[in-house]
Amino acid sequence: MQFLISMHINPAVLDALTDEEKAAIGAGHGQFIQALKESGELITTQALVDPSQAAVVRVRNGQPAVTDGPFLEAKEYLGGFYLIDCEDKDRAIELAAQVPDAAIEGLGVEVRQVMFADGLLEA
Amino acid sequence: MTTPAIEDLLRELTPQVLGVLVRRHGQFEGCEDAVQEAILAAAVQWPAEGVPGNPRGWLVAVASRRLIDQVRSDRARRERESATAAEPAPGDVPGSDDTLALLFLCCHPALTAASQTALTLRAVGGLTTAEIARAFLVPEATMAARISRAKQRIRAAGSSFAVPAGAERADRLRVVLHVLYLIFNEGYTASAGSDLHRADLAREAIRLARLVHAELPADGEVSGLLALMLLTHARHEARATPAGDLIPLEEQDRGRWDRALIGEGTGLVCAALAGPALGPYLLQAAIAATHADAATAAQTNWRQVHALYLILERIAPNPMVTLNRAIALAETEGPLAGLALLSALDGDERMAGHHRLLSVRAHLLEKAGDPAGARDHYRRAARATASIAEQRYLQSRASRLRTRLPP
Repeated sequence: MQFLISMHINPAVLDALTDEEKAAIGAGHGQFIQALKESGELITTQALVDPSQAAVVRVRNGQPAVTDGPFLEAKEYLGGFYLIDCEDKDRAIELAAQVPDAAIEGLGVEVRQVMFADGLLEA
Repeated sequence: MTTPAIEDLLRELTPQVLGVLVRRHGQFEGCEDAVQEAILAAAVQWPAEGVPGNPRGWLVAVASRRLIDQVRSDRARRERESATAAEPAPGDVPGSDDTLALLFLCCHPALTAASQTALTLRAVGGLTTAEIARAFLVPEATMAARISRAKQRIRAAGSSFAVPAGAERADRLRVVLHVLYLIFNEGYTASAGSDLHRADLAREAIRLARLVHAELPADGEVSGLLALMLLTHARHEARATPAGDLIPLEEQDRGRWDRALIGEGTGLVCAALAGPALGPYLLQAAIAATHADAATAAQTNWRQVHALYLILERIAPNPMVTLNRAIALAETEGPLAGLALLSALDGDERMAGHHRLLSVRAHLLEKAGDPAGARDHYRRAARATASIAEQRYLQSRASRLRTRLPP
């Protein structure tokens, strides 16, 4: 079963962390990625640029209208994700709990099963 | 010989060659890699140069050479090599138990189900890592890591290449059958996604179940599992529209069911039912055979289906079985009786919010003349499923009811 573990970051929370804490998050992700690769559960992982760099595109009457900034004005934004293939939802939740962000006050990760996939896995 | 015929031959020979190597050298992990390399070499050479006179002997020779190269190039394994060389070489005749012994090894209890299925498909089924990865919709690197981890686990568990005896044998056989069942199901309905038929996996599961049945023809559960697969696969042409929309059993064109598979499956069920043991696979196969026996949906012997589910519920209690019994009960005693049985499942946390419970309740509410309740449950079921084909079907049932609802 494939699941997306999405990391919902809050730039204010991340900015308030010490350098050591930030380094620990980076190291934690590195170890997590390595373990997922070895167990044969990692499909891919990606991290996104700061939400301030986002562009929102809306097409009205056939004309695209582009605005800077994220789609929703919120405190939390999608910061990145892990796409995994594992035994069941319990295992996906167990893995999600190992994502360093999950242990930081004010942050959390979300687990959702994948329903359709195409492109990446074409042989 | 044509390339597909060569591929079939190679997959048939894979467990035999691997069996010879493992019995001669031990170390399943290295032997499995060596056999995979020999199979790949044959897949390239044989179509161009012709199939050798003794294809099995050719593969054993090439795989043994690869294994020895591998051992020599690995300094850490030097000692083990000399230990192996000191042992008397057993004969090269494949024991009839080799396939079973390999299956028992691949379905080792130390592995997760996902690893058991992957390793079984590679070591016994003769599929390449790339083919297995494609079938399970994961990148090849992910599948390669999973298979390699599985082989390390087996080595760490110190498992021997032998068919276990007594109660352990029965336990392990149960795991083997479960793994084959999972492979079949993965092919039959993808657990997620829009690809309804991954028929190759279903066919592969049937081929492997036939291998086990050939070894254990008197085992009722082995016969039952093979029959269940055949009877289910017989419907695969009829169970979806060309656009991929699901067609429920009662609306399927039964003229498109595969009569040859039904005949074979029904024959297996009848023979096994005469035997001493009545297990869950055999009972499920008997239910599938009862459906296959009905010329039209209206002629289904629901009393027999209900009776079989009742026995199944007693020997292997499971909320999913109760759910299916409720469908049969609704056909014999009316939808309200079915709904009453469903309410017994409401407290079961394994079923809370499960799309099957929601969709069966929707179906029975529709039959009971409650279109508003049915529509609500179809829509909730559509939200709960992870299958796009199923979601589309449930949404279409819901909108069909909306057009009938008073404004």
